[in-house]
Amino acid sequence: MEYFIILSTVLFCLGVLGVLLRKNAIVILGCVELMLNSVNLLLAAFSAYSGDGNGQLLVFFIMVVAAAEVAVGLAIIAMMYRNTKSVDVSIFNKLRG
Amino acid sequence: MENLVYAIILLPLAGFIINGLFGKNLPKMFVGSLATLVVFASFVITTSLFFSFNNDSAPVVIKAFEWFRVNGIQVNFGFQVDQLSLMMVMIITGIGSLIHLYSIGYMSHDKGFYKFFTYLNLFIFSMLLLVLGSNYLILFIGWEGVGLCSYLLIGFWYTNEEYGKAARKAFIMNRIGDLGLLIGIFAIAAHVNAIDYLSVAQNASSFELDGTPIIFITACLFIGATGKSAQVPLYTWLPDAMAGPTPVSALIHAATMVTAGIYLVVRSNFLFVLAPTVQDGILLIGFLTAALAGFYALRQNDIKKVLAYSTVSQLGFMFIALGLGAYSTAMFHVMTHAFFKALLFLGAGSVIHAMSNEQDMRFMGGLKKYIPITHITFLIGTLAISGFPLLSGMISKDEILVAAFAKNPIYWVMLFILAAITATYMFRLYYLTFHGEFRGTEDQKHHLHESPTNMTLPLIVLAVLSVVGGFINLPHFIGHGHYAKLMDWLKPALTEESFKQMENTLSGVPFNTEMILLGATVLMFFTVWFFVRNTYVKKQKRALPEESYTGWEKLSAKKLFVDEIYNAMIIRPFEEAGKAALMFEKVILDPIVNFIGLGAADSGRAAKRLQNGNVENYVLIMSLAVGIVLIVNFLLK
Amino acid sequence: MDQILFFIVAFLAIASAVYFVFAKNPMYAILSLIVTMFSIAGMYILLNAQFLGIVQIIVYTGAIMVLFLYILMMLNLNKEDESKKENLPKFVGIFSVCILFVGMLGAYKGLSGTTVAESNIDYSVGLTKNLGRLLFNEYVLPFELASILILAGIVGAVLIGKKDL
Repeated sequence: MEYFIILSTVLFCLGVLGVLLRKNAIVILGCVELMLNSVNLLLAAFSAYSGDGNGQLLVFFIMVVAAAEVAVGLAIIAMMYRNTKSVDVSIFNKLRG
Repeated sequence: MENLVYAIILLPLAGFIINGLFGKNLPKMFVGSLATLVVFASFVITTSLFFSFNNDSAPVVIKAFEWFRVNGIQVNFGFQVDQLSLMMVMIITGIGSLIHLYSIGYMSHDKGFYKFFTYLNLFIFSMLLLVLGSNYLILFIGWEGVGLCSYLLIGFWYTNEEYGKAARKAFIMNRIGDLGLLIGIFAIAAHVNAIDYLSVAQNASSFELDGTPIIFITACLFIGATGKSAQVPLYTWLPDAMAGPTPVSALIHAATMVTAGIYLVVRSNFLFVLAPTVQDGILLIGFLTAALAGFYALRQNDIKKVLAYSTVSQLGFMFIALGLGAYSTAMFHVMTHAFFKALLFLGAGSVIHAMSNEQDMRFMGGLKKYIPITHITFLIGTLAISGFPLLSGMISKDEILVAAFAKNPIYWVMLFILAAITATYMFRLYYLTFHGEFRGTEDQKHHLHESPTNMTLPLIVLAVLSVVGGFINLPHFIGHGHYAKLMDWLKPALTEESFKQMENTLSGVPFNTEMILLGATVLMFFTVWFFVRNTYVKKQKRALPEESYTGWEKLSAKKLFVDEIYNAMIIRPFEEAGKAALMFEKVILDPIVNFIGLGAADSGRAAKRLQNGNVENYVLIMSLAVGIVLIVNFLLK
Repeated sequence: MDQILFFIVAFLAIASAVYFVFAKNPMYAILSLIVTMFSIAGMYILLNAQFLGIVQIIVYTGAIMVLFLYILMMLNLNKEDESKKENLPKFVGIFSVCILFVGMLGAYKGLSGTTVAESNIDYSVGLTKNLGRLLFNEYVLPFELASILILAGIVGAVLIGKKDL
């Protein structure tokens, strides 16, 4: 059981690392998916080990939400590309103080 | 009776308000007449009250309203009408209205005409509060009020820097005295748990004779009197106060404000009679002041300065009388001094007016041909102050001399010499101004003219009063005190002990001795007159510019350098301290405060760099923060 | 047996995730992400969460990853070189992730006494029938709302992608 927790944590941290290190918007979105997946894994593991079905249902809903979110996020990235011909996130710094 | 008293006080206040608010737009005649009429109306009302009082009437206390109650002390806002206050009010309003009339003529060319009368009315109001108040606190209100008006009126021509300085000097010196007065009032309240005159008088016996509390209280009260009545060491403001218009000098610095100190001591007679040590102190200061001021007056060149020092000297005489316990004598001299000093000042004003604002006696001379009325009245005033037999000044001064002799013959000798000095400088003034050849410029000679009626009428009235004013209180030895009207009249205002002390002093000299003393004084008067006349008319001695005097004359003309000493010892250190404080603020405080402001701006600028619009940066910081929170929460707890 | 399988799948998942994070070519990255998804589906099977495993493959790998590939190929970013990232943010990033990792592990500190013994695990939870029963009895409303959410997603995606609004 502990191994599931460690695995999930490692995957999550890898996802965070990806968000921090990469500059490609699509890859960053993929890292977000990775994070979500790690959380799903953890939830499913706990649900299986405690015999409660609610956890796996929550995973189901998380997947639904992730799907919708990816759709919209990719549309935004497509727009980004259409306007600036690049998907590098560092060019979006108009919120300067 | 109440309404009359309110009317007496409120009429000048009404004059002040009306003239102050609307005076700018009203015609000059209206402003001047209104101001004069309100004061004159107060005088008339006071006269009617005066006649309803007799020798045995008890003091009447009129309570206007309950003011406040603190720690068991109940302070009412009220007025006390008794013989002493009535006498002062008569002097104030009577001479006040004369001076108002005079000012209409004197200030007729001045731009600030309405302002002048506004201030004058305010002054009369404050002075009335001072003398009519029923407790020390109201006296203090009036005290401060007259100090303020004195400042406003001395610095009336405010565009001149020197006059402003003189006004400030007067105010500040007054203030130093006021502190003494205030502490005295507090001490009285602390000891007796009351500050109205009647209660304090009743409880005065609770003080031990010459004990530390009473000495402290009376010394503090006397310090207040010193400041207001220009005694040593707080007298240097009065000669400088001559910067104000001459009616101001007449009213404030001759007749009324400076006598507030005397009034204070007489009013507090129940306290002073318990502190013989302080009375001796008063005597000493009075002598010192009278001597010093008389000495200065001998060689001054400005006509008003001579009269100013004469005032200081005469105030010294009054304090000598107080120090001897002769309260009614002091009040008598207050009254006669008011008459002849106001006369002299107004006369001097008339002279200055005729001389086109020239005040230096070296450029005057032979004016008796050109301004006869002024000349005659001025002569009467000079004779009065010097002690011409049967004039008011002689009678009151003689009474002081007698009281001094009763205490100690040495005092009589010293006072005798001082009286001689008084006569000397007054006659010097008279002869230099009115006799001999005219020493001014041709322009001034053409302009010489007698003053208008509204200026000469007060002169005449005051001259008459100077002549007959002494007869209300003839010396004791004539008619065995039957004619000593003033002393009897003031009896209800004094406590038993004070009255006994006074009576002992004044009737302590046997008849024959008094006649001899009187004769000596008269002889001295005529000798001095002859001697001075010789010097200035026959020998034609002239006044020299200040710098060319030598020896004792230089000390006299330079006023013993007291002003310079005060400047070096007291004023310069304050100025240096002020400069040091300024330096401290510039070098230390300002940078600290600015540093705080700059620090806020700088930290803001540093914080601005966090917001660079870089999303990656934001995410980085977010994750860092989450990690730290987790660590702190789960690992370090 | 279970343990060995678990370690193999876990190793696969972590390896492909690492490659996904550090790959230069975004195409290769997405492909390794697909491998990760498959291995996670394998994890689900190991837990006997059958429904979830199938849904993971169908929805995640089959739809979402394919969508990623579509966009990637449409933007023609195959050979794209990312601009160099500065050193400092990189190190700080790695440092913060390490801190995060340690923190999260710290959160599991108190859990050692609460694990369930192997013999008590109820493996029937993941069966489709049981999940379905639970879904349509208690979670009907969220289920319907989820469909509305997807509708909103569709509309939003179309709207965002329009050329002229």
